[in-house]
Amino acid sequence: MLKLPIFMDNHSTTAVDPRVLEAMLPYFCQQYGNAASRNHIFGWEAEKAVDRARGQIAQLIHCDPKEIVFTSGATESDNLALKGVAEMYRDKGNHVITVATEHKAILDTAKRLEKAGMVVTYLGVDTMGRIDLDALQAAISDRTILISVMMANNEIGVIQPIAEIGKIAKARGVIFHCDATQGVGKIPVDVQAMGIDLMSFSAHKIYGPKGVGALYVRRKNPRVRVAPIVDGGGHERGMRSGTLNVPAIVGFGVACEICEKEMPTESARLSALRDRLKGQIFEALDEVYLNGHPTERLPHNLNISVAYVEGESLLMGLNDVALSSGSACTTATLEPSYVLRSLGVGSDLAHSSLRFGLGRFNTKEEVDYVARRLIEVVLRLREMSPLYEMAKEGVDLKNVQWAVH
Amino acid sequence: MSYSDKVIDHYNNPRNMGSFDKNDPSVGTGIVGAPECGDVMKLQIKVSDGIIEDARFKTFGCGSAIASSSLATEWLKGKTVDEARQIKNTDIVAELSLPPVKIHCSVLAEDAIKSAIEDYKRKSGAA
Repeated sequence: MLKLPIFMDNHSTTAVDPRVLEAMLPYFCQQYGNAASRNHIFGWEAEKAVDRARGQIAQLIHCDPKEIVFTSGATESDNLALKGVAEMYRDKGNHVITVATEHKAILDTAKRLEKAGMVVTYLGVDTMGRIDLDALQAAISDRTILISVMMANNEIGVIQPIAEIGKIAKARGVIFHCDATQGVGKIPVDVQAMGIDLMSFSAHKIYGPKGVGALYVRRKNPRVRVAPIVDGGGHERGMRSGTLNVPAIVGFGVACEICEKEMPTESARLSALRDRLKGQIFEALDEVYLNGHPTERLPHNLNISVAYVEGESLLMGLNDVALSSGSACTTATLEPSYVLRSLGVGSDLAHSSLRFGLGRFNTKEEVDYVARRLIEVVLRLREMSPLYEMAKEGVDLKNVQWAVH
Repeated sequence: MSYSDKVIDHYNNPRNMGSFDKNDPSVGTGIVGAPECGDVMKLQIKVSDGIIEDARFKTFGCGSAIASSSLATEWLKGKTVDEARQIKNTDIVAELSLPPVKIHCSVLAEDAIKSAIEDYKRKSGAA
């Protein structure tokens, strides 16, 4: 039986897996100790639970458990990585390299660093959304202290050549931070093989609870240090003070363990569902375009532009399906997705974009329903679209003198 | 963002959606907006003896843009051309309870009305 509404916005967040929730529950009312309490059973139990989670997380990303620093989420991890490196290594240099399509947690942090006197290079991407490794090479100078490139994009799901970037960073002696929020738990991540020195990720994107994340901080080859942005009791090797959120950390650990175990079957299932969804839409509708890379892409991501139909009106028609659009009709600036614009997608098509994020709990029936409903709504809105009418009359919309407002 | 009931009603049941022959001398056509801004409205009036006897719209844009133009066609019908010129975007905002970020949709609808009237006047040779 199909249950409405359908959640297909799993890049924004995910449902907590019931197995994760079950593991968390004892840590609210029974084992509620402070993991930093060293002199009683409550503290010891909490510490043991945190250590177990650290191990589960470390196993998923192939690092030492001691290299995990818990934070409130990936945004904080990104802030800690960028600001922490900028401060710690300021004698070494003042230059940071990142990418135009990064998440705002990186871009806005980079802007703040610029205000504080740092120099930031924003690399562009090709039409598929990937960076040019030669451009990265060329951007590195002897003042460069950090390269920050995301693993997979939150809008278009494109996967960057992380291992190659890691190699370049290592060869040039530059620290490599990777915002892997969308990648961890979805695709294989190995910080050793990929040469990652710092890595941000969070629990709520992988069927864990909101409000907890981690920064992986390499301890060997090289030993990386970040200056804290939160001072206090010296938790997390002094890099992030504050009482640990034990129940959430327990959930984070179990979420990672499930991802590791189920990734091969889950990613195959999700990419098959994604391809089914794409196939049905592209079969039924003309002038639908795929945004991003055809193959170097998260298995559960689909991002398309439906020409002549505005994204927000599409979402309004799909009122029993949770999706997101690159149309920025709801924002104050009225600017459409900067990620799609960076790929060279025209503003008109960026306004017409839809992002599907499939997840663990989506079914084939849901995919078929969403495809059917989408097609219905597109046909209805195209009937209503003056642009579609003009295009069908043979008017080249590019040559029309629009009154840009 | 949640939509007002009236916006949802216009989105689900658009009034007077469609097109007139733009070459008909009794028809005035206004096309405003731009695809790269995310909204384009086409508004048409059919005038007989100075009275707008019918109106049509087609809109590429968000639900509020669709609702604003749909509402505009409802209001236009039966008005004289001069009365139609008096329709203000603020009236549309009030009727549809548009939030501040959607006020530009109502402005676009007002522009579309004016542009359609101008087109009609130009074609009919009246000043």
